[in-house]
Amino acid sequence: MTTSAKAIRWPARLTDRASRPGGVGSWPVVGGLIAIAIVFGSLNEQFLSAENLTNLALQLAATGTISLGIIMVLLLGEIDLSAGSVSGLCAAVLAIVHVRHGQSALLAVVIALALGAVIGLVHGLMFTQLRMPSFVVTLAGLIGWQGLLLYVLGRGGTINLPFDGVIARLSDTWLPPWASWLIVVLIVGVTATSGVLNRRLRRRAALPLPSPHRLVLRIAGLAVLLGAVVLVLSADRGVPLLLVIFGALVVSLDLVLRNTVFGQWIYAIGGNAEAARRAGIPVTRLRIVAFVLASTLAAFGGLLAASRLAAVNQSSGGSDTLLMAIAAAVIGGVSLFGGRGRPYAALLGILVIQSITNGMLLLNVDSSIRFMVTAVVLAAAVAIDSLSRRGSEQ
Amino acid sequence: MFAARGVSKRYGAVRALDAVDLDLSAGEVVALVGDNGAGKSTLIKVISGAVTADEGRLERDGVAVQINNPHQARSLGISTVYQDLALCENLNVIGNLFLGSERRRWSLLCKIDMERSARALLSSLDVRIQDIQVPVAMLSGGQRQSVAIARALVGEPWLVILDEPTAALGVEQTAQVLDLIRRLRDRGLAVLVISHNLADVRAVSDRTVVLRLGRNAGEFRTADTSPEAIVAAITGAAA
Repeated sequence: MTTSAKAIRWPARLTDRASRPGGVGSWPVVGGLIAIAIVFGSLNEQFLSAENLTNLALQLAATGTISLGIIMVLLLGEIDLSAGSVSGLCAAVLAIVHVRHGQSALLAVVIALALGAVIGLVHGLMFTQLRMPSFVVTLAGLIGWQGLLLYVLGRGGTINLPFDGVIARLSDTWLPPWASWLIVVLIVGVTATSGVLNRRLRRRAALPLPSPHRLVLRIAGLAVLLGAVVLVLSADRGVPLLLVIFGALVVSLDLVLRNTVFGQWIYAIGGNAEAARRAGIPVTRLRIVAFVLASTLAAFGGLLAASRLAAVNQSSGGSDTLLMAIAAAVIGGVSLFGGRGRPYAALLGILVIQSITNGMLLLNVDSSIRFMVTAVVLAAAVAIDSLSRRGSEQ
Repeated sequence: MFAARGVSKRYGAVRALDAVDLDLSAGEVVALVGDNGAGKSTLIKVISGAVTADEGRLERDGVAVQINNPHQARSLGISTVYQDLALCENLNVIGNLFLGSERRRWSLLCKIDMERSARALLSSLDVRIQDIQVPVAMLSGGQRQSVAIARALVGEPWLVILDEPTAALGVEQTAQVLDLIRRLRDRGLAVLVISHNLADVRAVSDRTVVLRLGRNAGEFRTADTSPEAIVAAITGAAA
């Protein structure tokens, strides 16, 4: 049979590698992280201390959340350049509602997130209805929302959030060890249960079963990893609430993208929008939803940043926020051409970038060097990814 | 039994189709051949609902049917495999087979259910793909074509239209795809194949319909006809 002759050309190694949506998967990034840990750890004994790693965990959340939003549009093969400005603007509105108008923190948060959603809706409508390239729409957003931020902040330029207020306390809340361990046990338990359940369902459906070793290995790896994180962070102030929030966002977005029709369609549009349209997928509606999600997550990231700073000022969401958020997504393995990558990219990528930033600051290295090193890492990450993909495609 | 009667279509001053007739029946492979600009593509676009004819009638079992858009064609059981295949290269085989018609329970994907159906469908067509969890980008041209054809069967159609299914395929992969087309016929489907390749047409079709300059230019039982006669009909040389 001709087909079996064909099949010989597909060694298992290749198919294994490709089954991960990010080409070589996340292994190069993990390797990079280990390299970073070794290099900075040997240069400065502070780097791997519990205190510094806790600071690092705190630094991840804001930009990581913005990056998560950017991944939503990157998966469609589009780009969102406005995320930084949107995060700043929404944080400013939050501060104005909460501090200047004395409204409750909850209302302020809801208004800020709603503003993010509306901005995303505007971007999405301009992109789908006016047929403007997403690059241009969000470039206009980058400039315009930044302008609006400066406008609403007015002459003062800075609004301080009360230190003992709910919003500022968000980034100064630490989980007691029992709560952290409970979360670890829950996550590992749910993962293991779903893995076993999945095997049972597959067996009942007479489908080929993945090797049990891999399942055991994955669960054990997860348990060790989460345990190590909790152990290290509990040695200092505890697991920061901010990290839990960010982690929960990453995991839920990943679950949604992998297991719902919505997620499947997002990947389909990113892979081949025309094919998706012919298959009856509501491409326009999903594109708008992706932009709304992107800006809402940007707003939430801005909120987290404001919480950490306990203030909103003219540079909120400015300078390198956007670029780092995009770089994090790309380093984590999300393709700029759409359809490839997972939300975990935001976590991995921002971990790489923040580790470099953090390590360089500890070493008192000028930010000029920091930018150049980040650039090299970004370029290397993309190069590894595209080389591996070229190697695996025929 | 499906019939197109007197179908005409104009694009501005150009008569792409001029009163063309076409009959298709279950368990038969019909090859639609003709030179470039003969109207083959326009005819399948009319049948698959991508364009609407100016004149003419489409009939299913003798009853007139309206096909104004691809959706209507699909709900009438007409499935089209376009030349570009319209696959999402980043999705795996299962994702492509069920693209746009994913099995779901409340918006959650029924992955196991889909995988089981996908395996059953592929093995019933004797399409062998070692790992159906890999992105389609990793498959060979013939395997991709097979996935696209298998996808056309997901909605249980009775007519499958294949646009140049063997273009850009190697010899071995062409043989695979032709095998697959025979299996569609053995399932009792009506199959309409557009092809430039007369060798493939001879290998797979029961009947050959020739279009020339938008008109019917001959209809042959493939097995009883010499290639020369078909070429003569295509080029318009006196046969």
